[in-house]
Amino acid sequence: MKKLNIILSGIVKNNPTFVLLLGMCPTLGTTTSALNGAGMGAATMAVLVLSNVVISMVKNLIPSKVRIPAYIVIIAAFVTIVELCMRAYLPDLYKTLGVFIPLIVVNCIILGRAEGFAAKNGVVDSALDGVGIGLGFTLSLTVVGAVREILGSGAIFGHKFITGDGMLIFVLAPGAFLVLGYLMVLFNKLTSK
Amino acid sequence: MEIVLIIIGAILVNNVVFAQFLGICPFLGVSNKVSTSLGMGAAVVFVTTIAAVVAYLLQYYVLVPLGITYMQTIVFILVIASLVQMVELVIKKVSPVLYQALGIFLPLITTNCAVLGVAILLVQKEFDLLESVVFAFATAVGFALALVIFAGIRERLELENVPKALKGTPIALVVAGILAMAFMGFSGLV
Amino acid sequence: MKNTLLNMVLVLGAITLLASAGVGYVYKVTEEPIKLASQAAVMAALAEVLPPFDSTSVSEIAVDDIPVVVNTATQDGEVVGYAVETATKNGFSGEIRLMVGFDAQLRVVGVKVLQHAETPGLGDKMTEEGNPLFASVRDKNLGEMNLSVAKDGGDVDALTAATITSRAWVDAVGRAFRALGGSVDGSTGATSNVKSTEL
Repeated sequence: MKKLNIILSGIVKNNPTFVLLLGMCPTLGTTTSALNGAGMGAATMAVLVLSNVVISMVKNLIPSKVRIPAYIVIIAAFVTIVELCMRAYLPDLYKTLGVFIPLIVVNCIILGRAEGFAAKNGVVDSALDGVGIGLGFTLSLTVVGAVREILGSGAIFGHKFITGDGMLIFVLAPGAFLVLGYLMVLFNKLTSK
Repeated sequence: MEIVLIIIGAILVNNVVFAQFLGICPFLGVSNKVSTSLGMGAAVVFVTTIAAVVAYLLQYYVLVPLGITYMQTIVFILVIASLVQMVELVIKKVSPVLYQALGIFLPLITTNCAVLGVAILLVQKEFDLLESVVFAFATAVGFALALVIFAGIRERLELENVPKALKGTPIALVVAGILAMAFMGFSGLV
Repeated sequence: MKNTLLNMVLVLGAITLLASAGVGYVYKVTEEPIKLASQAAVMAALAEVLPPFDSTSVSEIAVDDIPVVVNTATQDGEVVGYAVETATKNGFSGEIRLMVGFDAQLRVVGVKVLQHAETPGLGDKMTEEGNPLFASVRDKNLGEMNLSVAKDGGDVDALTAATITSRAWVDAVGRAFRALGGSVDGSTGATSNVKSTEL
């Protein structure tokens, strides 16, 4: 039960987007559609789980003064690995997400969880934390992407359900801020009860 | 002419915050007061410009000749992290006044994705050294501009009666959305 | 571990080394698939804008200082068409890259947008099937029409509310045609006289 709680807390109580307010750049930049949001979330989750596992394994070997640079190297290595794999096997998604894939390195979620969770917990728990936070992030990005896609292009996961155009502003840059802002209001309302 | 286009494009048309969504964390985090946002903006301009020069030299004189461009992300982030530390030390020694003004913001810059983003973008766009420096400088000025405008609005917002559910980040995001709309007016300028 | 200088240097060095080795290994493994993926993307674009073909040859030239790649497609040794990778810097935001397919008589067969950053819902309509831009040039020899948008007195119907994008599209398509040695009405600055037979 405790293990399940680690995962669940990442999705709701410690939701990286709506509660911790981390990783805002990809949240705004890659959510022009539900599928792009999901893809970005999945890529981030892969890096998060891998780096959490490795960092929790080597945490006792690293002198405390150089731990941050050490974590950054580990994270950057996994980001590059994920990037190379995406270029090889998912070239279209890689092209859409563009510069945001290498920028996973500076996504505060990853370093935050490395420092805040993996550095203090065992391998299994750290992996589960990575899965939970990763799922929370993926879910948030997918929801933001879905709302923008529905309002902006009248489609969901690429399937158009209205003819003609949606409200363009939601696909454009301002829509990202507006949708995220109002979804946050909704999230606060729902969880404050 | 190219240079002027790069400057206008980077500051106004493709504003790093409102159009490219880079550096959102400090944008939301350090924008409560105009005075602190000015400090942060100046620090970012400083570091981004230097980082761009270093990134350019590394890319074309180390990574490309060695054929290891796939190590770009690792090398760039390490360089930026150590650069920030170095800049901090140098400023502390050379100009205590400047250190007082920028000091507390410097460590925060490592996690500002705009810095790494600019380094990666200038390689992707195949700029030469001069264009890279101009692009980095202008992008960072765009960031500072966005930050200061936003801080000015948030200072006023503090005094307003905002509905409870919207308080804090949500209203900030809505404001940013409206600002982004205003910046869209610049598109087509270049 | 203790914070001695030796420890710190050793650990950071070891981690960097291991990380580089890991990344290097993955790079070696993915090198081939990445190459295949980008080739597949080019082939897919070629197949989309060309009549059926069995082999292609490539040549690169510059038209107005913009690099243009000409793929000559042959079927059983006979030229069946040309796919020209062309670009323009006149777009609304950033460069637009197109693949323009011509048949052997230099009539436009297909146009595929390879890269663009035009406004979603307005300029990016040029990527949709059956858009007015492509409909205006389809199956036509560009030398026999006035290749500019209707607003400028030409024969090409522009996209609604996206005149700049439309002009840029026309510019890129015209460049592709000039790369094949054709000359477009009203065009200036053609620096290339490459004959199609030389390709």
